[in-house]
Amino acid sequence: MAEIPHLLVHEDADNVGVVVVEGLTAGTDMLCCVTHDNSTFRLTANADVPIGHKIALRDLKTGDTAVKYGEDIGKVIADVAKGAHVHTHNVKTKRW
Amino acid sequence: MTSYSNMTVRAYKRENGRVGVRNHVLILPVDDISNAACEAVANNVKGTLAIPHAYGRLQFGEDLDVHFRTIIGTGANPNVAAVVVIGIEPGWTRRIADGIRETGKPVAEFSIEQKGDFETIRAASWKAKEFVHIATEQQREECSISDLWVSTKCGESDTTTGLGSCPTVGNMYDKLLPEGITGFFGETSEITGAEHICQKRAINAEVGERWYKMWKAYQDDVIFAHQTDDLSDSQPTKGNIEGGLTTIEEKALGNLEKIGRTSQFIDILEPAQAPGTGNGLYFMDSSSAAAECVTLMAAGGAVIHTFPTGQGNVVGNPIVPVIKITANPRTVRTMAEHVDLDVSGILRREQTIDEAGDALIEMILRTANGRSTAAEALGHREFSMTKLYRSA
Repeated sequence: MAEIPHLLVHEDADNVGVVVVEGLTAGTDMLCCVTHDNSTFRLTANADVPIGHKIALRDLKTGDTAVKYGEDIGKVIADVAKGAHVHTHNVKTKRW
Repeated sequence: MTSYSNMTVRAYKRENGRVGVRNHVLILPVDDISNAACEAVANNVKGTLAIPHAYGRLQFGEDLDVHFRTIIGTGANPNVAAVVVIGIEPGWTRRIADGIRETGKPVAEFSIEQKGDFETIRAASWKAKEFVHIATEQQREECSISDLWVSTKCGESDTTTGLGSCPTVGNMYDKLLPEGITGFFGETSEITGAEHICQKRAINAEVGERWYKMWKAYQDDVIFAHQTDDLSDSQPTKGNIEGGLTTIEEKALGNLEKIGRTSQFIDILEPAQAPGTGNGLYFMDSSSAAAECVTLMAAGGAVIHTFPTGQGNVVGNPIVPVIKITANPRTVRTMAEHVDLDVSGILRREQTIDEAGDALIEMILRTANGRSTAAEALGHREFSMTKLYRSA
């Protein structure tokens, strides 16, 4: 891959991806790569998001399930717009 | 296609047939109050290593069993050539020494009561010096890679561990377990959120059910019995959250990447228990705290530890080389002295998981042949006993 991806997604079913570059800024036209099959797509980040943190791949509504690795990683507790930062402020474990 | 089956290392063949990659002469305290004498002996005799710890008095029941298994297992580990055991009284000291003696390696024991530190240190120093001469004449010999027992546990995880460093370890296990190595993974509480997936990685339903019972007992007897809040301050940890991990489910799924795509575990081990049912992958019931977990796996007999980290856990172990693997480019940039294997190329899509797995296997071979790990070079010798409950 000539261009280094900004965002990696584990599986096609995922609705969040992981920022893998430092200093990502709002408005960046991100190259996104699904690691499962190396397919790519583009998405605009709508916030400054630190390396390692997640970005929503589509609009998520309160009550939705966040999906990563093709698996349930918790419940959405505040609406998240496509391209926005996903973390403890809008996703919570279903375990406790 | 790389052939893994004829890979060899130059290592130490021990009296009981096990293979070690280091050649330590240990000065091993039975209990906390014997630490000072052990450290004095290690100071007198160069080439020895004292490993002080916090416990060993008035423990009872299962907690005492874990203590004995950990101390005996540490002395019995094939990375150890010979052991001087020092305890306050002769009873438990003898029990520890006899446990280690079953390996056939040189062991001597000393107790302090009715002698004092001076006399104990004098006698133990003579023995320690004799053991150093024995150990330093032992030679490395050619051994098969299949003789290695390799453990794993990750720490200061973040989202890059699930993307890069944990799958690198998993790829190594998928390649080397079929060649006959013995593997260990664990971190019972950190499987929570992916326990349904872990259970399915057991070799059969019976092992899976025993695994689930063990996980559930940890969850009920340890976590739920002692929790004072919703655990949001502990799991994920502050470091995990800083690194982008949001929930325990997300953390657990990344953690499980360490056992690869095809590997299955063949049995379950108590904390610090040595595998008894042949080559293969074992799940050890263990804390997820780095030093405690590595200490338990070393006591179970692992001779090399593979440690994926995201945000940069710096843990080491006194007797087992701990190989640090990270895929996080920021950690590579800011904490390079702790990193043995940089797999950040995975995030840039410049390196495949398969290539990273091969790079880890190469680093395991180099480490087995004698390369000091970052943790060894930096003097990280964390030896942390697991304590199940208060002493009597």
